[in-house]
Amino acid sequence: MNNILPVPVLLCIAAAAVALILGRRPRAQRVVSISALSALVVVAGVLVFLTDRYGTQVLWVGAWTPPLGIVLVADRLAALMLLMSAIAALGVLLFSLGMDVHEARREAPVSIFHPTFLLLAAGVSNAFLAGDLFNLYVGFEIFLFASYVLMTLGGTGPRLEAGATYVVVSLVSSTLFLIALATVYAATGTVNLAQLSLRLADLPADVQLPIQLLLLVVFGIKAAVFPMHAWLPDSYPTAPAPVTAVFAGLLTKVGVYAIIRTQTLLFPTRPLTDLLLVFALVTMIVGILGAIAQVGIKRMLSFTLVSHIGYMLFGVALATPAGLSGAVFYAAHHITVQATLFLVTGLIARRGGSSSLDRLGGLARLSPALGVMFFIPAMNLSGIPPLSGFIGKLGLLTAGIEVGTPLAWVLVAGSLVTSLLTLYAMAKVWGRAFWGPPQIHTPAEPDDEGEGGSAMPPAMIVGTTLLLAVGIAMTIAAGPLYDFCGRAAASLLDGSYVTIVLPGGVR
Amino acid sequence: MTPNLVLCIVAGSLIAAGVYLILERSLSRILVGVLLASNGVNLLFLVAGGPAGAPPIIGLATAEEMSDPLPQAMVLTAIVITLAVAAYVMTMAYRKFQIDGNDEVVDDVEDARIRMLAERDSESESFEDVTFSDTGEDVVSE
Repeated sequence: MNNILPVPVLLCIAAAAVALILGRRPRAQRVVSISALSALVVVAGVLVFLTDRYGTQVLWVGAWTPPLGIVLVADRLAALMLLMSAIAALGVLLFSLGMDVHEARREAPVSIFHPTFLLLAAGVSNAFLAGDLFNLYVGFEIFLFASYVLMTLGGTGPRLEAGATYVVVSLVSSTLFLIALATVYAATGTVNLAQLSLRLADLPADVQLPIQLLLLVVFGIKAAVFPMHAWLPDSYPTAPAPVTAVFAGLLTKVGVYAIIRTQTLLFPTRPLTDLLLVFALVTMIVGILGAIAQVGIKRMLSFTLVSHIGYMLFGVALATPAGLSGAVFYAAHHITVQATLFLVTGLIARRGGSSSLDRLGGLARLSPALGVMFFIPAMNLSGIPPLSGFIGKLGLLTAGIEVGTPLAWVLVAGSLVTSLLTLYAMAKVWGRAFWGPPQIHTPAEPDDEGEGGSAMPPAMIVGTTLLLAVGIAMTIAAGPLYDFCGRAAASLLDGSYVTIVLPGGVR
Repeated sequence: MTPNLVLCIVAGSLIAAGVYLILERSLSRILVGVLLASNGVNLLFLVAGGPAGAPPIIGLATAEEMSDPLPQAMVLTAIVITLAVAAYVMTMAYRKFQIDGNDEVVDDVEDARIRMLAERDSESESFEDVTFSDTGEDVVSE
C-alpha cells in the first residue's frame, strides 16, 4: 500500500502540466485543477487512515538498496499536515474560481494561475513526504518558485515591490539551507533523516550546535519566527486574496512542520529548549502588537499569523508529548482558520470596496452572511470556547503548566495575553467594519481590491464556506482529532521513525 | 577526511562578496550577489564530497578510488535551481524597470505610514480627542 506515497506529488505535477496545456481553455483548466486537488484530499485522507492504522509508511523510490536513494516517509504528522493543506488548497481554489470571472480583465495571465497553484501544492506535498533533507530542500524550492509567480501575478507595481522583498528573503534562506546541507553532509556523509538521526548523535556537541542553529534559522525564516518575520507582513497583503490565503495557510506551516521534524528527529536531547521558548514568546508578543497597530485587515491578519506561529513554536520548544500534540493540533487548526480569514477579507474587499478599516462600515447590515463568515473564524483565532482554537490553546497551556519551569510559566502568561490581544484586534475589525453606518468605498480607479459594492460570486462563498465548515468540523471532532495528534506526537518522540525507515539498523 | 583549504577560502570569499551585493538596493546587483553566493555554496559541497577521485562508474575504478557522486548530484540540482532564480529575478528587475524606471527594492509604504501615525499621535496635544479613526486623513497617498 505504500505505493500511494508519491501519488500526492505526481498527481499535482501531472495536473499542472495538463492545466498548462489547457491554458487557452479556462473551463477545462478548472475541471482539471479542481479534480486534481479533490483527489489530493482523498489520497491524503487515505494516508491519514493508513498511518494511523498501520503506522508510518515508507517507500524507497526506485528500489535502491536502503539507505541509498530517495525515501518518502509519511507518519501521522506528515499525513495530517498533508490532509489539512490539501483541504485548504481546495477551498482557496474554489474561491479563486469566482475571482477569475471578474478579474479576467485586470489579472491578465489567469491561464498560469492554475498550473502554478498546482505546482505549489506539489511542492508542499513533497516537503511533507520527504524522508531526506535534500528532498525537503527540493520541495521547498518547488513551492517557493510557484509562490514567486503567484506573489507577482499580473506584474503590477505594488506586487513587484512586495514580491522583491519576498523573493530576496526566500533566496537568502535557500542559500542558507544549502550551506546547512553541505555542512550536514560534510559532518555525517548522509542527508537521509533517519540515518542523520543516528549519526548526528555521535558528533561532538560543538558540531551539532551550528547545524541545529542553521536549520532553525532556515526554517524560522520560512515560518516567520521573530526576528526573521519582518518580510511576511510586507509581502503577503499585496497579493490577491486567494494567493494570500494559501500562503498564510500552507507556506508558514511547512516551515513549522520542518522545525518539528528536524528538532524531534535530529536533536532528541533538545539543547536549545530555552532559546526556542524565548523566541516563541517574542514572536507571539511582537506579532500581535504589530497587528493592533494596523488599519488594513490583510496586514493585521498577516501580523496575527506571525503571532500565532509563536504558539506552535511554544509547543515544539516544550519538547514534551503534551506540548508537541498541542503544537500539531494548533498547526492543523491554524491552516484552516487563517486561510478562511484571508478569504473572508477577500469577500469584504469585494462587498465593501476596500480592506482598510477606515473605509469600511456597517457590513453586518449590508451582508449578514458575511458577518457570520467573519465572526466564526475570528472567534476561533482568538481562542473563544468551544471552538478549536480554544482547544489547541488549552492543550498548549496545560502542557506549559505541566513542565512548570519559570520560563514555561512566562510563556503561559504570554500566550494568554496574546490570546486577549488577538480578541482585541478581531473586535476592532468587527466594530469598525461590521457595525456603524453602512458605507461602500468606490475607488476612483479599480484597484486590486475589487470594485466595491459588487455582489459576491457564489464560487467565492462556496470556497469560504468549505473551509469554515472544516474549521467547525474540527471543533466537533476535536476529541478524536486531539487523540490523533497525541499519537502523532508520541510517534515523533519514541524513535519509531528511525526503526521503521531503516529496519536493518544501517548506520 | 581532510577538507580542502583553498576551496574553503574561495567559497568563503564568494559568499562574502555575495552577501555584500545582496545588501544593495538594486535587484540586478542582488541577483549577481545571489549567483556569487550560490557558486560559493556549490564549492562547499565539493569540500563536503572529499578529495577528487576516479569517475564513480562501476568497472572503471574500485570503490575506494571513486569520488563521491552524491554531492555532485546535489550541486547539479542547485545549479539548475540557481538558473531558474536568475531567469526569474532578471524578469522581475526588467518589469520593475518598465514600471518605475529603476529596479530598486523599496521600503514598505505601510510601515512608514504607521510610524508617521505614531509620531503624529505623540506630538499632538489633543490626541485624546481623536476618535473613530486611527488615521484622520490620509497622508501617504496610495
